[in-house]
Amino acid sequence: MATRLDVNKTYKLYVGGAFPRSESGRTYEIADTKGRFLANAAQASRKDVRDAVTAARKAQPGWAAATAYNRGQVLYRVAEIMEGRREQFTGEVAVSEDLSSRNAAAVVDAAIDRWVWYAGWSDKFAQVAGAANPVAGPYFNLSVPEPTGVVGALAPQSSSLLGLIEVLAPIIVSGNSVVAVTSQDRPLPAITLAEALATSDLPGGVVNLLTGQTDELAPILAGHLDVDAIDLTGMAGRDTTDLEVLAAENLKRVLATPDTEPDVTDPPAGPRRILAFCETKTVWHPKGR
Amino acid sequence: MTATSSVPDLITPTWEYAPAPEARDVVTIRPSHGLFIGGEFVDPADGGSFATISPSTEEHLAEVALAGPRDVDRAVAAARKAFTGWSKLSGTERGKYLYRIARLLQERAREFAVLETLDNGKPIRETRDVDIPTAAAFFFYHAGWADKLDWAGLGPNPRSLGVAGQIIPWNFPLLMLSWKVAPALACGNTVVLKPAETTPLTALLFAEVCQQADLPPGVVSIITGAGETGAALTAHDDLDKIAFTGSTAVGKSIQRQVAGSGRRVTLELGGKAANIVFDDAPIDQAIEGIIDGIFFNQGHVCCAGSRLLVQENVHDLVVDRLKQRLGTLRLGDPLDKNTDVGAVNSAAQLERITALTDTGEAEGATRWELDCPLPERGFWFRPTVFTDVGQSSRIAQEEIFGPVLSVLSFRTPDEAVAKANNTPYGLSAGVWTEKGSRILWMADHLRAGVVWANTFNRFDPTSPFGGYKESGFGREGGRHGLAAYLEPAEVDA
Repeated sequence: MATRLDVNKTYKLYVGGAFPRSESGRTYEIADTKGRFLANAAQASRKDVRDAVTAARKAQPGWAAATAYNRGQVLYRVAEIMEGRREQFTGEVAVSEDLSSRNAAAVVDAAIDRWVWYAGWSDKFAQVAGAANPVAGPYFNLSVPEPTGVVGALAPQSSSLLGLIEVLAPIIVSGNSVVAVTSQDRPLPAITLAEALATSDLPGGVVNLLTGQTDELAPILAGHLDVDAIDLTGMAGRDTTDLEVLAAENLKRVLATPDTEPDVTDPPAGPRRILAFCETKTVWHPKGR
Repeated sequence: MTATSSVPDLITPTWEYAPAPEARDVVTIRPSHGLFIGGEFVDPADGGSFATISPSTEEHLAEVALAGPRDVDRAVAAARKAFTGWSKLSGTERGKYLYRIARLLQERAREFAVLETLDNGKPIRETRDVDIPTAAAFFFYHAGWADKLDWAGLGPNPRSLGVAGQIIPWNFPLLMLSWKVAPALACGNTVVLKPAETTPLTALLFAEVCQQADLPPGVVSIITGAGETGAALTAHDDLDKIAFTGSTAVGKSIQRQVAGSGRRVTLELGGKAANIVFDDAPIDQAIEGIIDGIFFNQGHVCCAGSRLLVQENVHDLVVDRLKQRLGTLRLGDPLDKNTDVGAVNSAAQLERITALTDTGEAEGATRWELDCPLPERGFWFRPTVFTDVGQSSRIAQEEIFGPVLSVLSFRTPDEAVAKANNTPYGLSAGVWTEKGSRILWMADHLRAGVVWANTFNRFDPTSPFGGYKESGFGREGGRHGLAAYLEPAEVDA
């Protein structure tokens, strides 16, 4: 039987539901942990960040207006689509993170299950985090969490798929949209994830994924005045003073940088990552006959 | 619609009120005040002082110590020293201290009300009925939380943060103190609080309450001074938490200052709230709400309803009735129990209000102001209403922080929402309509931390307060407010 030449994939960005190349035309080489060439990834630019933020802003109100039940089903749908592509994700995680097939498969299983876990929160976190407040007067008084808006996220550098999902899912489940910078040196599973997102009923622009140099893109995202909040998880262990100074320009909500990349093997202890990107709204109304 | 002539004038005949002054001698003001550090009043290390005056008469009230960096050091050190004991004290015992403080505030309420009115310029009716009772209520509410923090929403055994530096504004001096100090203490933190330089006296009287309550030394320290003292406090590297209420510009500078430090911050900043009146609103109630929204506390309210958005077909009717009702407001001696509008807090604030309102006129808006005599001394500004205000006018975009209302109109709910959300702020909003479904739709779409529907400017210790967007982050009050002073057990465990 004749050998067949593989058809290799061109990895591009994921912006507004489409897969553009970087407008800059730049790419950078992605190698496995042993230095063997895997692919050329798009190297996003300042303009790509701006385009992604525009797409995210446009998509956010509609996504937030979807019912919680609907958002939950969309997140669950992502898990369904990923499940059908387990082999592909396992192969990419294995070469990106230098894991055995068996360990890579476990990571992919956890990643799929993480979507399911967050999908279930969509119509529950408001019940957990909301409150009926017993004010001292004849008033109805209710507090509810609402999405902050457009969130910028720096995804973990080591955990290329599960870590990315642990950042993305809690941001979008409440109705935020997100512009995420993927792991710089392990971006390939993120773009394959984008293909799953694009075919899973998630409206275009709710999740935007940029591959490229974290140090180049992070300040652009942190300083963008139409970004409402920023997740610095991908800067674990690094000094983020400059990014936080930029974020203060429009009082961005900042999810602080951890000392080390968090272990995301298991789901977190509660909906904290969801609530980090929510605002509390309190509504008053008088009671009377 | 020829609304202007359709309203029968039943309420404007001028009644002469006899003076009804609150007794001033209920409070004794010491001629000079030290800093309250480590449980006692001490002289400032650098020996400076400044005067605080009554804005309604410009009368000199007292000399107050000016805290410098060395004093900030001392206060933070006292708070750090006290933290170990205070945070380890059982929640039940901590709570009992706060209950004591609440009771002491209630017992001395009249004294605090008169002092607040003298130092701030706001009417005694407001200090007596709102500021002081609500401050006591904040301590009473949070006292009960101290031994129930497992149910605060952060999981079991949440930890206190440590030492909090707190800076409060001059518009609700004792009330803002209570919003800051009560939750911090209930959660086991110790605090260094800086009141505003124009209104330090009730905070210093509160220090006496801490002494009477036998609060352990250093749990609460109060340092007085202006912006430089505040900057020295927020720059101090032994703080675990900064809580600030004030302008958006200063809030941003604090966020920059703490960048990279991992220090926790909550910011309650400026606002430019829209008060939205639909054509089916209960107009008489709405008029009261509009007035309460912007002329309460001389408009020195971050969540004031400073932009009135009126549906176009009732614009003239609402504006006409509003002016008519405003004609009955009494401006003057804040200690008079019949006074509705008191003095502007300072000469500097009066200057800012004057400058911004002049800009409003220059940009083409139509100015109307209450025709009333102003006292000869003190800082006064007539309640003012601007109509024909453009959406991009500075008086429609910037916080004036005075008794000035900008009136704009809209046609549809979508337009009302778009205009209401069209500022960098997002602290509060008001909606007036009899249609329940519209209230809930509007409440969903207004990007503001507090939405008052068919009411305005209501506050309660159980109800979280705080902003969206550039009005800051974090909440004060309610279960949500506790998160500002706690962290989950497993962090750093």
